[in-house]
Amino acid sequence: MSGAAAAAGGASAEAGAKGAGAGPGGDRLARRFAGVAPRAALVTFVCGGDPSPELTPAILEALVEGGADILELGMPFSDPMADGPSIQAGNLRALGAGVTLAKLLAIVSGFRARDAETPLVLMGYVNPVLAYGPERFARDAAAAGVDGVILVDLPPEEADEVAPHLAAQGLHLIRLATPTTDDRRLPTVLAGASGFLYHVAVAGITGANSAAEAEVAAAVARLKASTRLPVAVGFGVRTPAQAAMVAAHADAVVVGSAIVDLIGEAAARGANDVPGEVRAFVARLAAAVRAAPRKLAA
Amino acid sequence: MADRDPSPSLRTGPDARGHFGAFGGRYVAETLMPLLLDLEAAYAEAKADPAFRAELDHLLAHYVGRPSPLYFAEKLTDHLGGAKVYLKRDELNHTGAHKINNCLGQILLAKRMGKTRIIAETGAGQHGVATATVAARFGLPCVIYMGARDMERQAPNVFRMRLLGAEVRAVESGSKTLKDAMNEALRDWVTNVADTFYIIGTAAGPHPYPAMVRDFQAVIGEEAKAQMLAAEGRLPDLCVAAVGGGSNAIGLFHPFLDDPVELVGVEAAGKGLESGAHAASISGGRPGVLHGNKTYLLQDADGQILDAHSISAGLDYPGIGPEHAWLHAIGRVRYASVTDAEALEAFALLARVEGIIPALEPAHALAHVAKVAPKMGRERIILMNLCGRGDKDIFTAAGALGVSL
Repeated sequence: MSGAAAAAGGASAEAGAKGAGAGPGGDRLARRFAGVAPRAALVTFVCGGDPSPELTPAILEALVEGGADILELGMPFSDPMADGPSIQAGNLRALGAGVTLAKLLAIVSGFRARDAETPLVLMGYVNPVLAYGPERFARDAAAAGVDGVILVDLPPEEADEVAPHLAAQGLHLIRLATPTTDDRRLPTVLAGASGFLYHVAVAGITGANSAAEAEVAAAVARLKASTRLPVAVGFGVRTPAQAAMVAAHADAVVVGSAIVDLIGEAAARGANDVPGEVRAFVARLAAAVRAAPRKLAA
Repeated sequence: MADRDPSPSLRTGPDARGHFGAFGGRYVAETLMPLLLDLEAAYAEAKADPAFRAELDHLLAHYVGRPSPLYFAEKLTDHLGGAKVYLKRDELNHTGAHKINNCLGQILLAKRMGKTRIIAETGAGQHGVATATVAARFGLPCVIYMGARDMERQAPNVFRMRLLGAEVRAVESGSKTLKDAMNEALRDWVTNVADTFYIIGTAAGPHPYPAMVRDFQAVIGEEAKAQMLAAEGRLPDLCVAAVGGGSNAIGLFHPFLDDPVELVGVEAAGKGLESGAHAASISGGRPGVLHGNKTYLLQDADGQILDAHSISAGLDYPGIGPEHAWLHAIGRVRYASVTDAEALEAFALLARVEGIIPALEPAHALAHVAKVAPKMGRERIILMNLCGRGDKDIFTAAGALGVSL
């Protein structure tokens, strides 16, 4: 384990699954959080294969060039019931363009060959993973250079079918905390959490309402009192100003729907440089995150 | 030495985590987990409270019109020339289907939990109408999500819901049918967690819904069992019910699970299982996770959910309740399937020989009865759940039969 990974070691200790972060690339997430500290990391979400599997590699590179610190790549699903209209549309564009989980893993593999350090997390719903086979999925994802997995409809109570396979391959299973996660519930969410804790800032779907600064600050403070994992905050973060506000309080800020909207809009207009537009928008987000004053208590 | 263990009861599920064998569970966004745990606790408490049951029973008797009759369909029996066919007349309930049994139970629970807003999804509109009905009766605002395509197909029910004071929201996403309406209702619930109660219409979704809906619908089988004993002095040989999500079927079957009675659920084969245009999750699907539970689903090799097809909008759903998935897996219930054409034939048959226009959903069950009854001896008894009346389907049926109204 590298020094940086040891410094962020709460993650592995809480994983309870000895393998998390022990993949071939080491613990890229822990290294990245340690590397960007004390500022917050910028996490960007796009749907894999949106608007087409052919464009996804260039979009991933554009995200990194624009200043994304961690990538979340959506695994498209026909029925994304936790997502708002933006990401629903992104899922449908990707599926319509013929993306599959196998194609997505090949895209990640290509990305990893060019970029050995930027952490990449797959995010989606559990059914495509079950259809692929949880053990095969974990093996192929680790081999492709994936660092972690977020499955929005797989609460801790149902994770047994998937979690051991991810752990065996050194993949983080990233858990979500929400405004409804009360003190009674939080220990269940944290048991087995690794990589980082994803705080869903508002009760609702992606890309809809936004949380107020005081709510974000209070939520992060409460979570950090219970875990040493980095806390990322997402849902409803659409603009550079909102990203800066969250970045002042959290270890990471997640922007998804706004980027997915931009991709959809650019693709619909027949833009000849979709990745370039993504890069320019992410650069504005990154600049705001980097300039944000630090209000997070150490 | 003790006697051999008697066969364990099949009526004790689900387990503490909401699983029926390998099926069921709670596959939902973390935001909803605390709500489901609260709901589970509130339902357990209500179930144990005699006052809750008494209020529900009173409403079932005086508002719904229960018990529904068990009718010996003598003319149909003569026509088929085999086993005696009994119909459980749940189409005579207020609102014209079995759906209201469950809606009343859930809205009493919503009231008990202090919830002030009701949401529901609907396909054909029967569950939407039943939900709008109980919301009107209890004075709670109500939003019904309905696929835009279903709203076109079921315009009279859209009008009924609005007449009852419900807001009907068109769902334009995905295939614009029942599964998309359920996605949208879940999105509403996850956004309005503090005040909203989601009345799910079928015995599917995350735990505790499949068990709760089953319990509220089990009144069908409990009544039918007692009525059959009174009429014939014995249990039926075979129970038959249509299965979409499976609420009327589990309601009929559950009280018979431990009895020596053959149980058959009838799925919608649409244009034929081999055509790919059907809604037969067990006969033509495989296990996966959708809408909060693990069950049999219509899906492609990559785990993407496929659109279902049935002439019956109430069966037009790519999944099935998890208890049915389990009953299939252990072999206790057999799942057959019936095509659109066979269901239409049965729809017309019952109208002609018994003067009863069935909904297209139970017409599927009837089509199966029409296949098997002639092969059974005249001393044998079939009990079929006639779970809805056909008024809502006359436009669909007329269209399919080439009649313009």
